[in-house]
Amino acid sequence: MSSDEGLDKGREIFIEEAQELLTELESALLELEENPADTELVGRVFRAMHTIKGSGAMFGYDDIAKFTHEVETTFDMVRNGEIPVTTNLINLTLMARDQIRTMIEASQGGPQVDEARSKEIISGFKLVMAKDSAEREVASSVTATDTSTTGQKEAPIGRTSIVTYRVRFRPAPELFATGTNPILLLNELREVGKATIIAQTEAIPALEDFDPETCLTYWDIVLTTDKGIDAIKDVFIFVEDLCEVKIETIDEGGVFDEDERHLKLGEILLSRGDVRLDDLKGVLGKQKRVGEILVELGITDESHVASALAEQKHIKEVKEQKQKTDTASIRVPSEKLDKLVDLVGELVTVQARLSQTVTDFSDGVLMSISEEVERLTWELRDNTMSIRMLPIGSTFSKFKRLLRDLSADLGKEVNLTTDGAETELDKTVIEKLNDPLVHIIRNSVDHGIEQPDVRVAAGKSRYGTVHLTAGHSGANVLIQIQDDGKGLDKDVLFAKAVEKGIIQPDAELSEKEIFSLIFAPGFSTAQKLTSVSGRGVGMDVVKRNIEALRGTVDIKSKLGVGTTITLKLPLTLAIIDGLLVKVADDFFVIPLSVVQECVELTKEDIARMHNRHISNVRGAIVPYIVVREHFLVDGPRPDVEQIVVTEVEDKRVGFVVDYVIGEHQTVIKTLGRIYRDVEGISGATILGDGTVALIMDIPKLVSVVEKIESSSYETALSA
Amino acid sequence: MSKTIMTVDDSASVRQMVSFTLKGAGYTVVEAVDGKDALTKITGAPVNMVITDLNMPNLDGIGLIRAIRALPDFKFIPIIMLTTESQDTRKQEGKSAGATGWIVKPFKPDQLLGVVKKVLG
Repeated sequence: MSSDEGLDKGREIFIEEAQELLTELESALLELEENPADTELVGRVFRAMHTIKGSGAMFGYDDIAKFTHEVETTFDMVRNGEIPVTTNLINLTLMARDQIRTMIEASQGGPQVDEARSKEIISGFKLVMAKDSAEREVASSVTATDTSTTGQKEAPIGRTSIVTYRVRFRPAPELFATGTNPILLLNELREVGKATIIAQTEAIPALEDFDPETCLTYWDIVLTTDKGIDAIKDVFIFVEDLCEVKIETIDEGGVFDEDERHLKLGEILLSRGDVRLDDLKGVLGKQKRVGEILVELGITDESHVASALAEQKHIKEVKEQKQKTDTASIRVPSEKLDKLVDLVGELVTVQARLSQTVTDFSDGVLMSISEEVERLTWELRDNTMSIRMLPIGSTFSKFKRLLRDLSADLGKEVNLTTDGAETELDKTVIEKLNDPLVHIIRNSVDHGIEQPDVRVAAGKSRYGTVHLTAGHSGANVLIQIQDDGKGLDKDVLFAKAVEKGIIQPDAELSEKEIFSLIFAPGFSTAQKLTSVSGRGVGMDVVKRNIEALRGTVDIKSKLGVGTTITLKLPLTLAIIDGLLVKVADDFFVIPLSVVQECVELTKEDIARMHNRHISNVRGAIVPYIVVREHFLVDGPRPDVEQIVVTEVEDKRVGFVVDYVIGEHQTVIKTLGRIYRDVEGISGATILGDGTVALIMDIPKLVSVVEKIESSSYETALSA
Repeated sequence: MSKTIMTVDDSASVRQMVSFTLKGAGYTVVEAVDGKDALTKITGAPVNMVITDLNMPNLDGIGLIRAIRALPDFKFIPIIMLTTESQDTRKQEGKSAGATGWIVKPFKPDQLLGVVKKVLG
């Protein structure tokens, strides 16, 4: 690799790293705004700036380094308690963060950086530094106590070293008489850090002499914590004069030096070739352990040895933990992952073919190999999919910033709360989810949340809340955006839809149908257009985007209480569980997630319903679509057909097919350009024998057929 | 089932503050105005913990702690006393009478809940 190439690679990593740092910076800043006294957060901001500056300079981004330097200097002063955290400072730093992002984008071929703005921001920081150092001088000359308090404040920084302690807690026998429960104290120790606790029970006499009101047990505890010895002492504060509490430090810094381990005699002899491994093992097997010898000689007893061994184990675990976190993850370009997923997809297809071929041979040996391959393939598939999973939390934290800026623009006071940030979703889904979520949140803040005075008048808190939740539900992920704003007004929505010509004035709609009107193209309920929510082109795009991800949108609202929008998304895009069906010689796949049940449809059933596309599924009326007719498949209908009953947007619709073959692991292949716009087909898959099956887009099919039906109904009326 | 805590204090404002804080954290609270009142109310009540002031009319905190510890049902329940910084000797007296721990006045709601969690679990 030439040095140029190395530098390019470095740049790539720098840009990726900088993006992450900027995200981290943003969330740290927003948290800092809420807790200005949190020195830990100041530390985070400083470190992020420091890293961007350092690596920027290393890879030739001198402008970024120079610009970041000023911000870093300011936060160094904040860290030293010389400058207080103010809203002004946070605003300025957020601006700086955006500017750094623009600079990075410019280096990638993005729009040019506005140099004047950089200068403006830097002079802003200089002003903050100059003003505050001047103020500080005045302050320090007036009162000496002021500086001493700031001195105390900065103390916690850097006190995060991890120390392992050995604690012996030996309570007096009369401990219980003070109403103390030692178990609670031990539990409290567990909260302080990683604790290994061993009870020493040698003082407890035989049952007939035992007095349950006295405490004869004592405990040996090995505790690893970063909270310091005072935290441990605090646990025992009420019992310190009734108990013997001995705290010793056994390891500082949490890192155990590798090099300190000396080679054992046997190892040296072995490496010199003076003894053979087998001989050594045999001799070692005869040798008694130190603990056993000590117990045998009566020098100590088993419980003490057990305690010492536990300490050894604890320290080993802490060490392993430390090593684990050091190499917890590696960075891989996402194209490599995409390639891997493609390959696994191919493998799944080939595997299906293998299984099918093997069934034809009916060879026991081959069969068992094929089953082994099948098992491994599924495991490989699940593992590969899980690699692509990312927690949705990073997206959530972006919205915090969005909400802050939005509410400032609109003069509203809105808080964002989140739940389930650790929920994992396919990387591609997360990326495609971003825009729809932005739209929905904007709408919630702009149309949903009222102005503070309106809220107060309605008896609500002046602070509106937008609550984001993510969670798993079967093979789907549910994302909810909940606001406590004014809610949707059915009558207003209805009138608006009539005015826009979306529905007829005499249309009879359920509450749900009225709410879903906001997803209709060209619908906007805001009385005035604002810069925020745009021109009502948003929500229909949202619905389309979510449906493109094979997800659904659901909306619930209560007037005056708020609105909840629920997005239901599949876990992954590449492989789905499908139901394989056959119509004449063609295969189709229906996503299993929407399938409810399969029932038979006979010629008599059809006759009973007078050829109308309606079936009676255990007393419930279910309309159906005949796949054969819809896709114009030739050939006679068999006497007994199958209805696959699906549920889409709370409606049950059946699909009539010839045969239901069964569950099928469906690797989704996109259709070629010519077929891409075919309505009702979302992709294709290759079956075990090499034939192609089309994947039906159930929601789309239902809406297409509905449209055809209603227009034919209207033609029938007007005729 | 939520645990029941008895707060004993002759100052209505302290009782109010303790009671409000504990109720907010989901505990059931029984109030008593002095040691004597507390002893009357504790018998028959499912009290899991007592928080008592030391200086009270009729029966003071030390006396109350001794009396509670003498009752078989309450021999081992946690008892927390409210003291002031200057009452170090009183604190010792309370401890030898059988108090589990103490809170130094004035205290904040969080400190109170911290101590309750420590001794009651």
